[in-house]
Amino acid sequence: MTDHQGEFDSVTGRSTTGHEWDGIKELNTPLPRWWVITFYLTIVWAIGYWIIYPAWPLISSNTRGVLGYSSRADVAVELANLDKIRGDKMVALGAASLADIEKDPALLALARAKGKTVFGDNCAPCHGSGAAGAKGFPNLNDDDWLWGGTLDQIMQTIQFGARSGHAKTHEGQMLAFGKDGVLKGDEIVMVANYVRSLSGLPTRTGYDAAKGEKIFADNCVACHGDGGKGNQELGAPNLTDKIWLYGSDEATLIETITNGRGGVMPAWEGRLDPATIKAMAVYVHSLGGGK
Amino acid sequence: MNKTVNPKDLTSDDDVGPLYAARKKVYPQSVSGTFRRIKWGLMAFCLGVYYFLPFVRWNRGLSAPSQAVLIDLPNSRFYFFFIELWPQEVYYFTGLLIVAAVALFLMNSVGGRIWCGYLCPQTVWTDLFYAVERFFEGDRRERMRKDKSAGALTPKRLSEIVLKHATWLMIAWWTGGAWVLYFNDAPALVKELLTFQAPMIAYTWIGILTATTYVLAGYMREQVCTYMCPWPRIQAALTDEWALNVTYRYDRGEKRTSVKKAAELRALGEHVGDCVDCYQCVAVCPTGIDIRNGPQLECIQCGLCIDACDNVMTKIGRPKRLIGYDNDINIHRRQEGKAPIYRVVRPRTMAYSAIIAAVGGIMIYVLATRTLLDINVLHDRNPVAVRLSDGSIRNAYTARLLNKSGHDRVIAIDVDGPVNSTIHVVGVDSVTPDRPMIVIPRDTTSELRLLVTAPAEGNPEKSIPVRFRVTDIGLGEAASTTDNFVAP
Repeated sequence: MTDHQGEFDSVTGRSTTGHEWDGIKELNTPLPRWWVITFYLTIVWAIGYWIIYPAWPLISSNTRGVLGYSSRADVAVELANLDKIRGDKMVALGAASLADIEKDPALLALARAKGKTVFGDNCAPCHGSGAAGAKGFPNLNDDDWLWGGTLDQIMQTIQFGARSGHAKTHEGQMLAFGKDGVLKGDEIVMVANYVRSLSGLPTRTGYDAAKGEKIFADNCVACHGDGGKGNQELGAPNLTDKIWLYGSDEATLIETITNGRGGVMPAWEGRLDPATIKAMAVYVHSLGGGK
Repeated sequence: MNKTVNPKDLTSDDDVGPLYAARKKVYPQSVSGTFRRIKWGLMAFCLGVYYFLPFVRWNRGLSAPSQAVLIDLPNSRFYFFFIELWPQEVYYFTGLLIVAAVALFLMNSVGGRIWCGYLCPQTVWTDLFYAVERFFEGDRRERMRKDKSAGALTPKRLSEIVLKHATWLMIAWWTGGAWVLYFNDAPALVKELLTFQAPMIAYTWIGILTATTYVLAGYMREQVCTYMCPWPRIQAALTDEWALNVTYRYDRGEKRTSVKKAAELRALGEHVGDCVDCYQCVAVCPTGIDIRNGPQLECIQCGLCIDACDNVMTKIGRPKRLIGYDNDINIHRRQEGKAPIYRVVRPRTMAYSAIIAAVGGIMIYVLATRTLLDINVLHDRNPVAVRLSDGSIRNAYTARLLNKSGHDRVIAIDVDGPVNSTIHVVGVDSVTPDRPMIVIPRDTTSELRLLVTAPAEGNPEKSIPVRFRVTDIGLGEAASTTDNFVAP
């Protein structure tokens, strides 16, 4: 603030700024010099910063700064360093057989940690973050496997997927018996009740067990096998256990038999490197249901 | 404070003026006597412990470092002679800090600022730096004279200054160097430091601590105690009328007169004070105050004024301890002509001692009974429970087993929970399926995935408490923890 020479407050004897409101004049109270100097230094500092670091936004980009610094490049370097640190261990993981990985505590810990992360990034949208699954998406914690629960079978499923279009993918699906006109409405109800009876679930009144068994034998055993034990070659589920991918109530079963089922799992070969797929197979196997 | 003042009546005393006070440089004079000797002794002891403790060895076998006191940050271990602590046992340090704080209170209620005057690193190093300064530049008067005639930079004066700062920097460097030795194997690190092969972080820390030691002990000195340290403020709030503090005896000292005049007046039978106003107590004071003005915030109670005054009293043939350790009660009693009284055992000191004993006792008990084997269990959150194809229920847990001992252990895991439950450890094919056994290497933790499976029949409860017990097959040492087994 400007110091009005010669204008002094009569009470305090201090100079005033010359500003007056209602007869009261403002005293001139300058900022401490160190404060002012620091303030100017920050401005100088800011100018240096603009020159050295990225600062000003332009239309489609921004000024880069003479150092060429970028936080994105920093991240790339850090990730590369991380890969370098993990490199040897991941090579060891890639070289070991699946069974050996589970027996080596260090490799198992690595595979589980890596598998958990990659699972979260790639598999959780369908199977859930804890691999508990959902309707139509299998729970990977239990011991019921559509395509087999050994380490090799799990790895194969991850590599090539199910009905994924990959040359080596698992094939086979539940046909739409109702829609395609193979079975009529009352026949579907009959066979649905038969399927429920296989796992000890109650059947509706008026249900004819002999008729249901006949329909099942004529249409279903080809895939689901005698007695409905399922066939992992074809991804045909075991109908005698307590685990149901889509649901065990009569309405759901009628829907399944009428419209068919054929959930798709993508193939991960090519998207994830072999060592990572191995880690994932071990992770899924170690969730508890692995055979 | 809220009295109304007519602006015209304002005096210079009412105007607080600038909050900044220019520093008055202190030139403490050397002194000899009881308290000086105590200070030299404690300085030698404290510095000796600080500088040489990292080199003390302690045999822990081949698997652990052989340094008696070591903070091993990369491996997250703290070694103190026979004790090895893990990060999760940080509560021992909490206990140690409580004991240290209360010990400070106890010291204060017994003998005032004993910590400040004799033991505080700021005091110890400042004292050492003053000794160096005195050695090269001479005592108080010489230093004052030399500082005043700063223009005359003779070769002799220049060499004094250079030598003083070089010695200061050497001490500061050694101080920083000793600090990093607590974080690494001392003999090996010294070798690396001398051959310039030590890690950059070691040099950085030495640099930082060299700078702080040099600045704090060489330049800031008493300013640290007066302006930066919170303890003088806390101390002032904690002290009481029984606490012994460095005190000037008004009853004996006043009225001050010269030696000659005092002799004359005494011959006439008049009361004369012993203080001859020689200002020796002020000259030796490292904070530059006059103890005769009563207790002051700046006073670190180092006792050097006692020594200075005692020397003078001896010379003029008067009794010693015109300045001495005394309490507030006695100041008043003496003025009333009563005998002084002292009381060390009183509710305050008893309470502090009781707290120290209690916390110390708990710590010793916990330390003596702490187990070197432990288990922590975390239930899977997603999914909390899994139904298997035969209808049975499985719960998964992440268990962390801690082996704090110096040898590998074979551990058996038992689970006590739902009816007919079985346990499986992922990745472990145990010869005893009902009681899996695993090996945990010495001084490590192992993370395991435990699967507990139970039939739905016989376990009607939605949530059943389950206990996990780990037992060292060889030693029989055991630890356990509880969690719950839940149904979907």
